Order: sequence, then structure tokens, then C-alpha cells
Amino acid sequence: MSIQPAITDLELLKERPAVACLLSALPEAFLSAKFDRDELTVWIEPIHLINALNLLRTSTSTRFTVLADLTALDWFPSEPRYEVVYSLLSHERRERIRIKVKVNGADPYIESVTGVWAGASPFEREVFDLFGVRFQGHPDLRRILMPDDWEGYPLRKDYPVEGYR
Amino acid sequence: MPSIDQFRSEPIVETIGGDRTMVLNMGPQHPSTHGVLRLLLEIDGETIVRIKPDIGFLHTGIEKTCEAKFYQQVIPMTDRIDYLCPMTNNLAYVLAVEKLLGLEIPPRAMWVRLMLNELTRINSHLVWLGTHAMDIGAMTVFLYCFREREEILKMFEMVSGQRMMTSYFRVGGLSMDLPLGFLDYIKNFVSYFPDRIEQYSDLLTNNPIWLGRTKGVALITKEDALELMLSGPTARGSGVDWDLRRDMPYSGYDQLEFKVPVETAGDVYARYQVRMAELRESISMVKQAIANLPDGPVKAEAPKVVLPDREKMKTQMESLIHHFKIVTEGFTVPEGEVYQGVESPRGEMGYYVVSDGTAKPYRVHMRSPSFANLNAIGVMCEHNLLADVVAAIGSIDIVLGDVDR
Repeated sequence: MSIQPAITDLELLKERPAVACLLSALPEAFLSAKFDRDELTVWIEPIHLINALNLLRTSTSTRFTVLADLTALDWFPSEPRYEVVYSLLSHERRERIRIKVKVNGADPYIESVTGVWAGASPFEREVFDLFGVRFQGHPDLRRILMPDDWEGYPLRKDYPVEGYR
Repeated sequence: MPSIDQFRSEPIVETIGGDRTMVLNMGPQHPSTHGVLRLLLEIDGETIVRIKPDIGFLHTGIEKTCEAKFYQQVIPMTDRIDYLCPMTNNLAYVLAVEKLLGLEIPPRAMWVRLMLNELTRINSHLVWLGTHAMDIGAMTVFLYCFREREEILKMFEMVSGQRMMTSYFRVGGLSMDLPLGFLDYIKNFVSYFPDRIEQYSDLLTNNPIWLGRTKGVALITKEDALELMLSGPTARGSGVDWDLRRDMPYSGYDQLEFKVPVETAGDVYARYQVRMAELRESISMVKQAIANLPDGPVKAEAPKVVLPDREKMKTQMESLIHHFKIVTEGFTVPEGEVYQGVESPRGEMGYYVVSDGTAKPYRVHMRSPSFANLNAIGVMCEHNLLADVVAAIGSIDIVLGDVDR
């Protein structure tokens, strides 16, 4: 088993159900896609995030009904600095997909998906707690793992591993 | 952009309505919270109106620490997340890194991993059964369960030198081969363990007190289970027919024959039945793994990633150089990102590892099953009796190290 180079050419990926579904029903949301190590990643326009997730959840060709994971990445110092990562899972089709949205570093916020999956609530709180990305429309956005009066966001790359002294 | 204050909801103490309800604090040192879970219960008499978990007491920043360590140094961190199933966490992490590297591991290592992984599941379910039954008032079961758990911990000590924080799996295989006499020990264990499961079952399954405390308690529907991101036995007790071992097989599970127990009642008793059936399935999987276990190496042929054997390192210059390089500089991993989910005893344990091409991971995110399963506590407990909170917490089988990381 050796690593195949990542496929980013849209011509080779447009047959995949998730990409085809997004391109036909919501082309304005679709930014780019990558297929690497048997995992498909799709970048979505942030303002269309909720519509895109709802579409992937309900469309009969995709049926990504389960949100498996929600987290974020910090690409400091490049801009847009953050990526919020949604791992969707389809029980029916036994397939995973990774949805990513880019969030700028100056004022990081994104629409909350708690309206689509209520269970995303603690995951969004965790991202807010550790990265400082805010989720618009979240019912209860407070720190979850760190103490309430903590200053700074520990998982940001400009936060030292030992903490500020 | 609205300010942050707009997102904050009022703290629970300030929003309690009228004089009918009171707020009761449960934990973080409460014995039945399985660690340091604090629950804020708003109660009206004996009925719970609202329940809010407060977590983070065990948060040690493992994800941040991982970013400062070499890939192989992360393995001991993964044990410490969920201390009841160290091997499952090791497995999820090494599978993720092996996927990033494109590394194939030898069949013997794969089967040993699978066998130990199922033993870990038995170990974890025994602790769950013992403590869950003790929370509800059946003291004896705990002693029975820990008798067999002791045997499993002895086996872990045989292979790795450690009872709990095993760190036995390595990227590219195992740290060393199984010790002499191990297979006889485990064969003896699997021969008598099925009878022991019947002993636990005899104590509980038809016990009227147990039935009264668990049947129809802490209900959760299939729709809610999916909506709240539940997984593992907690979801399978509500009729979600999904098991990563069967549906997205990894590490040789596709070569085994096993059933996935599913119950539809969605109460504490259904989750108890699912886990008891899983104990029986796991022991059959261990048997199959012993039968399939081939001879051969336990480390992959990848000198730049896998540490050489001691003998080679002492006698061959090239192996010495590789050994020195891996220990001092780590091994580099090609750029990329993978998500590897495995079925832990609690549900879907996912490792999301991002590499930027250096010897240290750019990001390691653990999607821990307990963190997601804790979502269920609200639906399970609200409008139910205070005394059933303990049964509900026990039935979702959370480990607070797994929740807080």
C-alpha cells in the first residue's frame, strides 16, 4: 500500500454523489474538493453552510444523516486563518465525507449547525472554548472544558504549549 | 457581527422559574458519576425539570500536548484519554498514522491487535457492569466482574508490562511479540469466561429489583439518538443498527463472523442487554482471532518508521543509524489529513490527524464517544425521577477522562 497523490481535479471528482449533488442543487456553495487517502473533502462557501449540510443530509443520493465529528484547524499565520471541519457519516451508504469552511482570523464566526443536529452543541462549545471561533445562533455558547474565566484560546497556534507564564 | 454576549444564555441559577423548583448540585465528587462529572439538576419535588452537565474537571489539554510531540510519543497520551480501553485508543491512533504513511502491517500484528482490542472491550464492559450494578444497588456483581477483569489486566501486563496504560501498539505493528505462554493463558480464559457471563446474567437479568430500576427508565428514541450524535451500545439500545466493526471494517474485522446485538426498547435495560450480548460476541471474536493467528513478524518492513530489533541495532550500523534517527528526530509523515473511526466499547472513537509533513502532528483531534454520548443525559432524565439519574449515567457508560481529554 503506497500513497496515491491527492485528486483535486473537479473533472475526476464530479461523479461522486456528494459533489454531484452539491454541484447540481447548490453550485454557489461549492468551492473545491479533494480526494486523498480514500477520504473526500469538500470546501463550502461559509454563508451557504447550513443549506449545504441540509442538502447533504436529506438528498436521497447522499443521505449523510449523521454528524460524526466537528472540530477546527488553525493555519496561523496564513489567512483565512481557521477551518471548521465537519465529518459527516452516512449509515445507509456506509460512507464518510469531510466538509470544511474557511473562517477569517480577525473576526472568526460561523453559523451554528445546532439547528441541523442538536448534538453538535457541545462540539461547537469546545471549538469556541479552544479556538475562539464563535457560532452564530448557538443556544448556549460558553466555555466547556476550560474554566469560565480563562483568558486566551489554547488550541490556537500562537498559544504556547506550556501556557502563558 | 453581534457581540459575544448575545450568544451566552443565562446561567441556570438565574433563570429558574418561580418558587416551584430548586437547583440541586450533583458532583463533581459524587461516587456514581464515574469520575468528576458535575450535574446541575433543576428539580420540582422529585421530578427533574432540567439537567445540565458541567464538564472539564479532567481537561489536561492532550490535543495541544500532542502537537508538541513526535508521532510515536503521542501513543502514551492516547492511553490516558480513556483509561478503560487503552488498546482501542492506541489502535485508532496508529491506524490513522499508518493511513497517513500508507503503511501496511504484517498479518500477525493485525490479529494480535484485534484480539487485544476485543479483550479491552470485555475489560471495559466488566467495569461498566460492575459499577453500573453497584450504583443501582447490586453489590455482588461488582466483585464477580472485577475477578475476571483482574485476569484480563494480568494478560495486559504479560504483553506490555503495564496493567492499564499499555501503549503496546506501535505505528507499523506492535512493540514486541507476544510472550511465551500467553496463548495458553488466553485460551484458558476464553474457555471459562462464557460461564462467568452466565453468572453475571443470573444475578441481574431476571432480578425483580434490577428490572424495576432499569425497565422503561431513561428512554431515548432512535430519532433522538441520531440527532444527538450518540453511538455504540447507547445508540444500539435504541435500535440504531450501526457498528463500525461490521459496517466500516478496519484491522481485520471483515474476516470475522459476528453479530451486532441491537435492541429497540431504548431504556436502561435495553442497553444492558446490548452490552451483555457484546460480551458474548467479543469472546467469540477472541476465539476466532486465536484460531487465525499466523506466525511471522510483528513489525512492518519500514526502517525509517519502525524501530529495529534490539539484536540488529547492536550488530548492524545501518539499523543503529535508523534507531538513532527515529528516537532523536522522529519520523516524518507526508502531508495530509485522515479521520479514523473505530468502535470503542463506548461508541465511535475517531482520531482526526493532520500532518504538515514534519515529524510532529499538526493537529490531533479525538472525537471521543463519551463526549458525544453525554448529550443524551438531557433527554433521558428530564421529566423523570431524580433517583433514575444514577441509572441513566451508568447506562451511557461515560468515562470522564474520555469526555474532558
